[in-house]
Parts: sequence; C-alpha cells; structure tokens
Amino acid sequence: MSGFLEIRGLSARLAGTGQRLLRSVDISLPAGSVRGLVGESGAGKSMIGKAVLGVLPKAVEIVEGEILLDEQDLLKVPPAERRRLIGAKAALIPQDPLTALNPSRRIGPQITDRLVDILGWEKARAASRALEVLVEVSIPEPERVMRLYPHELSGGMRQRILIASAFAAEPKLIVADEPTTALDVTVQKQILKLISQLQARHGTALLFVTHDLGVVSKVCDTLSVLYAGKVVEDTTVQRFFAAPQHPYSQALLAATPRHTDPAASLQPVPQAVIDAAMAEVAADDAAWRPQGGAHG
Amino acid sequence: MLDGRGLIRRRAGARLWLSGLWLALFVLAAVLAPLISPQDPLAQDLMLERLPPAWMAGSEPGYWLGTDSLGRDVLTRIIYGAQVALAVALVAGLATCLIGSALGLVAGFYRGWADRIISRIVDIWMAFPPVLFAILLIAVLGTGLSSVILAIVIIDWTRFCRVVRAETLNQSKMDYVHSAKVAGFTRLRTLLSEILPNVLPTIVALLTLEMGIAIIVEAILSFVNLSISTDQSTWGGMIAEGRTSIHQAWWVLVFPLIALFFTVLSFAQFGEGLRERFDPVLR
Amino acid sequence: MADTIFQVSDLRVDVPDMTRKPLFGAAPRLEILKGVSFDIARGTVLGIVGGSGSGKTTLGRTLVRLVEPSAGRLLFDGQDITHLSDADMRALRPRIQMIFQDPMSSLNPRLTVGRTIAAPLGAGAGDPRVKAALEQVGLPAAFARRYPHELSGGQRQRVGIARAIAMRPDFILADEIVSGLDVSSQAQVLMLLEQLVVELGLTLVFISHDLSVIRRLCSRVIVLRSGEIVEDAATADLFERPQHAYTRELLDAIPIPDPSVRW
Repeated sequence: MSGFLEIRGLSARLAGTGQRLLRSVDISLPAGSVRGLVGESGAGKSMIGKAVLGVLPKAVEIVEGEILLDEQDLLKVPPAERRRLIGAKAALIPQDPLTALNPSRRIGPQITDRLVDILGWEKARAASRALEVLVEVSIPEPERVMRLYPHELSGGMRQRILIASAFAAEPKLIVADEPTTALDVTVQKQILKLISQLQARHGTALLFVTHDLGVVSKVCDTLSVLYAGKVVEDTTVQRFFAAPQHPYSQALLAATPRHTDPAASLQPVPQAVIDAAMAEVAADDAAWRPQGGAHG
Repeated sequence: MLDGRGLIRRRAGARLWLSGLWLALFVLAAVLAPLISPQDPLAQDLMLERLPPAWMAGSEPGYWLGTDSLGRDVLTRIIYGAQVALAVALVAGLATCLIGSALGLVAGFYRGWADRIISRIVDIWMAFPPVLFAILLIAVLGTGLSSVILAIVIIDWTRFCRVVRAETLNQSKMDYVHSAKVAGFTRLRTLLSEILPNVLPTIVALLTLEMGIAIIVEAILSFVNLSISTDQSTWGGMIAEGRTSIHQAWWVLVFPLIALFFTVLSFAQFGEGLRERFDPVLR
Repeated sequence: MADTIFQVSDLRVDVPDMTRKPLFGAAPRLEILKGVSFDIARGTVLGIVGGSGSGKTTLGRTLVRLVEPSAGRLLFDGQDITHLSDADMRALRPRIQMIFQDPMSSLNPRLTVGRTIAAPLGAGAGDPRVKAALEQVGLPAAFARRYPHELSGGQRQRVGIARAIAMRPDFILADEIVSGLDVSSQAQVLMLLEQLVVELGLTLVFISHDLSVIRRLCSRVIVLRSGEIVEDAATADLFERPQHAYTRELLDAIPIPDPSVRW
C-alpha cells in the first residue's frame, strides 16, 4: 500500500559542483500519519520538506528520484501544474513566526489570500473559513484578530495563526519545519498539542522536520534519521526509542538531554561513530550511478 | 560551497583586473602626459580644425582622435584632462573619505550629543541641492582646481558620514563589541581595532565610488564653466565645447565622454572587486 | 565573606519604553529586573533559567556590567561594582569573563582566531598562551590562523571559551552558549565546560532556557520569571521537589525523549 506522500530514490546536489546533498532518500507517509525527519544541521531534513513543497533554492538540483503526492509524480508535471497541485493538497507550517507573516498587512487577508488566489474560493467563503480555523486554534476574539497586524500579537499567537493558515485549505499533507524552535518550552508544548489535535481531527499527513528527539517522541508515529543527506534509519517511534538500530541513531539519542536521567544523557557522539557514518556515505557515493539528467 | 566561492572569486578577478587596467592607464596618462602626448594641448591651428579621427576620410597623421573647432588635438587634450581628473579624484576623494568617515565613526559609536550634533548637520546639509550648492560655493571661493576640490569635500562628506554612521551603529550592536568590553578594551581601542576593520570594506567601496563622483562633479563644473581656467584641458570643458559642434564633429564630444564614462565605471568596479578579493568574510 | 564571589542585593534594571513614549516628555520606564537578590559561592556553577522576557540575559549582562543597574547593589569579591566607571571596571575585566550565545557574532569576523584570543591579553597571535588556551578547549594550535566563518558552530563556541579562559578569570558568565548548537556538539561543549570548571577552579553562571541542560552542569538553579526570582534551590531539590507552580510548569513542558512518558 503506497502512502499519500511517497519519496523514492530522491537524490539532489549542489548545482555546478556535483556535491551530493540528498542521497537516494526513500520516505513513505500514509494519509493521516505523522513522520519525523530528524538530523543535525546540514543533514538535509529541511531540504526534503522544501523539495516536497517545490521551494528548493535554485542552487539545489534534483538529480533523480520521484516525489509522489497522491500518486502523481511532482517532478514530472510542468511547473505551473505542480504549483497548483501542491497549493491544493499541501501546506507549510514555517519555523519562525516572526518573519513568516508580512508585518505590513493585517492577519485576515494573509489567511484568505491563499484560498482566494490559489484555490479560487469566493471572498465571503474564504473569510468565513478563516474565522472557523482561527476558532479551531483557540484564538480569542477571531473577528478582532483578523483586523490586527502581526506585531500586535505574541510569538505563540502568531504561530497559532500560521497553523490556522496551514489548515485553512484542508490540505491532505502538511510540512512542519521546526515549528516550535523559536518558542519557549511552555508555549512549545501547547503548540505541539494543538498541531497533534488538528492533525488527528482532520486526518492530515504530517511531515515533521525537527532536530529534537524529545519532540519526535511526543508528536510522531514514524521517523527517518538523516545523516549527510542519507536516511540511516527508518522506523516507528516505539521501536526507535526502545532500541535504535543504527550506531549514529544510538549516539544521537544518547546525546539528547534528558533531565530525568542525567547520567545517561548528553553523551558526546563518539568520533568512531561519525567516522563510520562518513565511510558508509562515501561507500554509497562510490557505488552510485546517477540515472538521468546528470552530466558527467 | 567551495566552488560557489571560487566562482565569485574568478568573476571578482576579471572585474578587478579590467577596471585596474583602465585605472592604471588613466594614472599613467596623467603622470606621463608631457611625454606621451602626440601634440601640444594648447596649440591652436585653424588649418587643422575639426579633423576627423584617424580611421575616417580627411584625417591627418598624428591626430588619432581628430581635432576640435580650434584645431587642438583631442587625444592630447584627453590625456592632459586626465591630470585634472586624477588630482580631483585623489585629493577630493581621500579628503572627503577621511572627514566623513571619522565623523560617521564618532557619531555611530559614541552616540549621545556628538551623534545628535553631527546627524543634525548632515540633515541640514542634505537639504541643499548639491549642484546649486557647488555653484554657490565656487562663486564664493573663486574658480580654480583647489576651489573645485574644496567644494567637493564640503558637499560630499555627508555621503560618507551617513553610511559609515549607520554601519558603525550596526556593528556596535554585535556581541563581539560587547566581548571587547568584557575583555577590558578602552572605547577608543574597541572603535579602532574591532569596529573599524568591519566598517573598512564599506569605506573602501564608498571611497572608490566617491573618486568617480568627484570626477563627474568636476566635469559638471567645467561644463558650466565654473571649474578651471579654460586654457587647462578638462574632460568636462571638452564635453561642453563638443556639445556646440556635435553635428559637425561628434568626436570632440564623444571621446572625452568615453574617457569619463570608463574612468568613473572603473573606480566603482575596482572598489567592488577589491572588497570581494580581500574581505576575509566574503572570501 | 571569603567564599562568596558575587553578592547581589535588590538589583533593578529599567529602560525607557520607547513604544509608549508620548510625543513630548519622557518615555515611561519598563522594568526588566524587579529587585533580585542572591549570592554566588566561589567555585560553584549556578544555573539561571527562564523563558523569553524573563530578564535572564539582562541579569547576566548586569553581573558583568554590560548593562547599568538602576538600583540595588552588586558586590564582586567584596568590592562594590554597582556603578563602577568603565575605566575602573577595566582593572577587574580579566577576572570577570563572558561567553556569548552566538559565537558567530561575538567573534570579530575580520580577525583570525589567534588574534581574537590574544588581543585581550595584550599579546600577539603567536603568544604561547593562545596555543595553550586552544589546547585546553581541544582545538589544534593551527586553528589560530583561521577566521571564524571557517569553523563549525561547535568549534566557534570552543574559541569563545578559549578566549575567556585565556584571561585566567575567577568568574565566567555563559549566556545560552549551547542553544544554537546541534545535540552532539552541545554535549561536547557542556563536558568541556564541566571539566574546565574543575580544572581551573572557576565560578560559572550558566544561563539557559532549557532545564534539561542545566541539570547536568549546575549545583544550584535560579528560576526567573518577568524579572523576579520565583525559585532558588539546589539542583537536585529543584528537579525532584519543585516548590513553585511555574517551575513545575517548566519541568512538565520539557519533551522527554521517551514515548512512554505521558506529556
């Protein structure tokens, strides 16, 4: 059974240099389930989210692979069609609530614009839908908030609005890119609970990009651990936290702070583990023969 | 990443070399003018008036870029004009840079009353239309090379002051400035050894830009006959004269214009190129 | 008292609130620290924890006198430094050092690592103390010739630590120094700090928004909220028997990496 989102053998590299950024990534996400993409900075976790939403920077070129969204390969349809497809079926919850909203426009139109312009809804319908989702993310006095500017709201409120905006068009897939990294822990907990609730209620598939294994253990069903653009472990949350299989995953889990067990946490990743992971990646590259679209 | 940087550096290389080459030619022409000029810059010969450039019919040997309506050699006058342009670029550019940057650094770093006074003066200064201001100043100071340079400095220091102040203000908020304080540096030392190196690339880029601007201002003043006595060749003066005979002898106008254009462009490009080549952060 | 290095009493900091400044007249004052009092024992590690806007960064910066207190008293080693002038403060600077949150912006981008470490010592980049400091933080001496942007985040933070310890300080303030790092470098930097505190007999104040990082390093923790101390306790007590509701809320909100723990 194939998932709502199926990434198969996705490889990307830096244009002009051939440096590989993603290494034959396979990811399967069934409708209504939550997958965490975990890794350290530069591991390529955000890049996968960007590839799915079709917003990769120009310097990154996809060399091979498929991104199937609802059984359609996004890499095979023309750009305009791809934009429409992604706009109708997927949405993003961005990392930084401070910069993700336009500071010089009111909240209301920032939610409704997408519904009107991309999905072709009537204005009145878009406005009532916006009110509906604002109520759903527990924003008090939603009519008033629609007329406010972003700077008049706290960081947590702004993140709620971005979540409302992501769910407004009833997408079947949401990519959340480190959505709580900029927030205080207490606010983070509320926001994560809210995302989980909405996801379950709407049966949305959620691709959750994060560096925090603690967050993964609370929010996700399955996870992919990335190292240097390669998926080193793909498993369920239950199995991962009981017994991670790959040495790098084990080291990552041991490095994560855990105040309930200080002795067993915050262990530095042993150099041998990093060396072994790098060797694995190098062996992978040596065996790799790009299929199409590659020059030399 | 490595190759991305390499790409920038290669392009910076071409930019730096091309603009550097033109500027080297420009400086050489100015310094060696008496030695390399094919003719006497002031020699008038009405028999030779409005000769076309060497490759056109009716030209005379030895007058490569033709002659003007008084029979003076255009190439020779461009070479001598480079002397004035170079003097203006160097002296006016450096003086403007020193005064403006120093005031900008002080205002941006020490803030307080020094900033209030300097910023107010800059605001008032910027309210004058620069060309009218220059003409007014020349009227007061009298014509001549030193008056022109003085006028440029008096008008343009604000350009440095404003930009350098803003950049200093930005840098002052960075934690490395706080860490200099924690390290026990004096305020002056922090300004000179911590902030200045970070503002310097901006200053260098502005300086080369200003050198080009100074040449243009001199040309404008020459154009309205307010610069240097008419027996000295200047590019602006040549352009002003060439304008009256554009239909009979376009070369009198066009060649000094080309010299002016490439020199000003090269200054700006040279500054950018230097920054890309030598700034450790971009490199 | 000989074994108290810092004595802080009723420390207050307020700044003009420019967003509510009337057209004419002075802006109302915004209180950032509303009178905090505590002592720091020599040779201990004190954690200061709080959310954004709690005043923890301002408190730290007031201790090292980057921020001017508006009221209260600050004693360092028995000496009143509350309103010490910049010039008088300079004599004490080598003893009171700081490591910053963002190593990228706290290292001068246009100076090499060697010069950055050497400058406060009044020495050149080739000074043996530079090499020694780099070795102490586990970096090869050759790093002295590199620029900050050529280093990884963890390496930059080590340089920040090297610069602080090269001065042979008595006291170091570490302000959120691991929050921008990946977990693997986070663990390394914390272990390094733990080891240096013991080796050099340092007194350390470790500011963080993350209680789970604090548990490992600190012997005592102060919980700060909106400019006030809500709890001040030994680390083990704080984690096992949190007294204040806000502390409990903070502890509850930490996502423990274990799906079987209810959240």
